[in-house]
Amino acid sequence: MWPRLLRHSAAQFGRGPTHEMPHFPNSELFTLTYGALVTQLCKDYENDEEVNKQLDKMGYNIGVRLIEDFLARSTIGRCQDFRETADVIAKVAFKMYLGITPSVTNWSPAGDEFSLILENNPLADFVELPDNHNTLIYSNLLCGVLRGALEMVQMAVDVKFAQDTLRGDNVTEIRMKFIKRIEENLPAGEE
Amino acid sequence: MEARFTKGKSAILERPLSRPKTEVSVSAFALLFSEVVQYCQGRVYSVTELQARLAELGKRVGASLLDVLVLREKNGKRETKVLNILLFIKVSVWRALFGKEADKLEQANDDDKTYYIIEKEPLVNTFISVPKETSSLNCAAFIGGIVEAILTHSGFPAKVTVHWHKGTTLMIKFDDAVIARDKTLEGR
Repeated sequence: MWPRLLRHSAAQFGRGPTHEMPHFPNSELFTLTYGALVTQLCKDYENDEEVNKQLDKMGYNIGVRLIEDFLARSTIGRCQDFRETADVIAKVAFKMYLGITPSVTNWSPAGDEFSLILENNPLADFVELPDNHNTLIYSNLLCGVLRGALEMVQMAVDVKFAQDTLRGDNVTEIRMKFIKRIEENLPAGEE
Repeated sequence: MEARFTKGKSAILERPLSRPKTEVSVSAFALLFSEVVQYCQGRVYSVTELQARLAELGKRVGASLLDVLVLREKNGKRETKVLNILLFIKVSVWRALFGKEADKLEQANDDDKTYYIIEKEPLVNTFISVPKETSSLNCAAFIGGIVEAILTHSGFPAKVTVHWHKGTTLMIKFDDAVIARDKTLEGR
């Protein structure tokens, strides 16, 4: 494990185009850390709605940085359309970072909305929501991450949890909707 | 603990506790942890408070982690000797968290209550750059919290602090009662 970590640090600075991503031996530290964070947020904020907002905001901050890490590591070029974007998100990004491959389904007729179905969710492993937190969107961080990352590649999207196994649904479903392309605003005079 | 509030909504208690099959990337953890640090930073006024907050979070992680690891690695057997619990941390806990053993475990020369776990480059600090004003900040306070919770919940009450020394050093100071108890055990 140790030599791989050193190589990873070098890649970070050398921006080598490689899919190689050092992984933890297991995801428990990640899951437990996220759990500790959500618990802390529930303590710090009065209600679930506030916690949801905070998770989204933190996710957004992470997404904005994650996209750079992603682009540095993968050899994926610019996506031609939203469908390609969906595939890259599900098959490359999710796999790279969380070790899972959600399926892409439920495309809207206009092709601007789709669902990611997650069979398992490392963020919420072994998590059960107590009765007094019924409106908590436990994994809302993910929505922020996706929104933030895509905004950095000029896509404004709306990301929501449509279903969540933690709240009694059969599957966990994230619904992503393309809103518009963000124009790159360059300061006047710069190319 | 929360089970009585959930009235057994899911079959979570029946799930096996084997190692999870999914592997999360180091980057994912690093990004999450860095956001956690920034969140804590926004709510405190000093480095000490920040380290204390990180330690709090670490304690929560440690408490859950202890149960899982003891069940998995030691078949539910409880350690009763100081040295053994420290070795458990250096080897099993570190391996479960970081995929390798801790670099060094040492005892203080002049104090039988104090031990040191030394890690040259803790994983949690990999992506964290500390600005000069807060140079005393060591985010491994999070790991310190994990270790403290594991020790305390195993019946070895101790205080763990984190220092910049040979990399990162966790200083573990056991309560007097723990050392006294250990001595009587050895005397037998």
